[in-house]
Amino acid sequence: MTMARAAAPRRFFLGHSYSLVGVVAALVILAWTLVAILAPYVIPHSIGDIVDDDYFGPMRQGLWLGSDYLGRDMLSRVLMGARYTVGISLAAVSIACFSGVVLGMIAAVTGGWLDTCLSRFLDAMNSIPSKLFGLVVVAAVGSSIPVLILTLAVIYIPGAFRFARALAVNINTMDFITVARVRGESTAYLIGSEILPNIIRPVLADFGLRFVFIVLLLSGLSFLGLGLQPPLADWGALVRENIGGLPFAAPAVIVPSLAIASLTISVNLLIDNLPQKIRDRDA
Amino acid sequence: MTSGVLNLVLKRLGIAAVTLLIVLFAVFFATSMLPGDTASILLGQAATPEAVAGLREAMHLNDPAILRFLLWLLGLLHGDLGTSYANEMPVAALIGGRLVNTMKLAGITTLLSVPLALTLGITAAMLRGSLYDRTVTILSIGIISVPEFMVATLAVLLFAVYLKWLPALSSVNEAHSLTDLVRIYAMPVITLTFVISAQMIRMTRAAVIETLSTPYVEMALLKGASRSRMVLRHALPNALGPIVNAVALSLSYLVGGVIIVETIFNYPGIAKLMVDAVATRDLPLIQSCAMIFCLGYLFLITAADVVAIMSNPRLR
Repeated sequence: MTMARAAAPRRFFLGHSYSLVGVVAALVILAWTLVAILAPYVIPHSIGDIVDDDYFGPMRQGLWLGSDYLGRDMLSRVLMGARYTVGISLAAVSIACFSGVVLGMIAAVTGGWLDTCLSRFLDAMNSIPSKLFGLVVVAAVGSSIPVLILTLAVIYIPGAFRFARALAVNINTMDFITVARVRGESTAYLIGSEILPNIIRPVLADFGLRFVFIVLLLSGLSFLGLGLQPPLADWGALVRENIGGLPFAAPAVIVPSLAIASLTISVNLLIDNLPQKIRDRDA
Repeated sequence: MTSGVLNLVLKRLGIAAVTLLIVLFAVFFATSMLPGDTASILLGQAATPEAVAGLREAMHLNDPAILRFLLWLLGLLHGDLGTSYANEMPVAALIGGRLVNTMKLAGITTLLSVPLALTLGITAAMLRGSLYDRTVTILSIGIISVPEFMVATLAVLLFAVYLKWLPALSSVNEAHSLTDLVRIYAMPVITLTFVISAQMIRMTRAAVIETLSTPYVEMALLKGASRSRMVLRHALPNALGPIVNAVALSLSYLVGGVIIVETIFNYPGIAKLMVDAVATRDLPLIQSCAMIFCLGYLFLITAADVVAIMSNPRLR
């Protein structure tokens, strides 16, 4: 939003100016990514080990984030949770954006009945509320990591398609596309070399926003007990497991909540603070 | 209203009808075509193959899928939603009272959040760039960025654990007086209001700001109109369409919101019913609940589009 751009001092790097808020947000995202990659090597205890005699233990030396409802080390569980939350969401958003954007560009370039059918069908898919879709699929096939990734991807393909198609339709009317068509270039060349380079920046910003939606939906499903199944636990599942610690304000329930919030708010702030040139649809 | 608008609206309603059919189809197939044989699930692990085959026959499970879909649709048209697997009761009877509860929750939330969000959104746009605007914007980004269950958890922590004003769980049947009623609805409604309002504030603010940057508002500024006159007389009437559009779109977030909120607060609504049905794999119940949610959602987003078409002065 405008407020952060107006308020924060500007940094210059690679020809763009960045606001401080954006830089901090990027650092938080980078930190969580590193945690997700390195988690198995840095966790102090195995995620299944019961290391505390007390449940919902407070923060103390050795158990830096306290213990959970079974007395397991919370720090290890949150670090490993990052792996599942970030990993599953990233895989899902990559599939969703790749399929959505490719289909969107093909629809825009081809036009005609293909465009109409795809748009109509994906718009209809968009009319199914996302949580409901997740619930129904989990009810039908049960919950596992591949099912979760595919379900989340399918839910967000229509949105990515709509966004990319709207951008591509604008580019499609440009002269250089007409020239390329007259040259007799194939559809693959048109979308890969003529359309994509012109829409890639807003598409990447959209990728980030969709990542946030997916993290939120995954956490919501896990919180309902329909996401990752024990003993594995992503952040949403960690909140669910330890919700009994809420009356004592146990770190076991607060830390995973903060983890989710820090990740999603950072992505949102980073995108809001991207230089105008990158963020704008008609860049 | 000219025939042009009427045509567009009718076309949009036609699209909604086609969409509804596709959605019904998707719901039906997601629940009945995917792996997991209904008959063997119902009879449990000890069932003999003959018993399973018999039940499959009785439930028309051997018929082609498209035929079963049509049978199901026909049943829907007669108001027959099927029979619950889990407790052998007609689905319609299970849903009835629950639906009323959910509608009450959604209704109260709407009544609270719409005026609140519009006031905050419009004033934030009027005072764009001020400290007030920045606070409202940051708070709404914050609420949008966190999952609904976190808003609910924080509300419980604040109002039930620290302040001890409200009970953490609600049970609608125990309501005897107005105070009881307020105490029961307060927590779910507060949570939902936060979630819905944040969306609405952002969209309303964006709509008003967009109108404020149009040439005729600049003209009003140049001729010396006051700031409030500029917003209330010049910008707002033109931003009304986008704002109503934003309200309808935000209300569609209620559909996702109630699923989480009813589960957390143990509110006996239709979303809780559905989450429980998922746990027991009660497919007819899931299908019907899913259908009701899709209907509501489709109704709201269609309404948003129709309002957007009708409020476009170029079509009038």
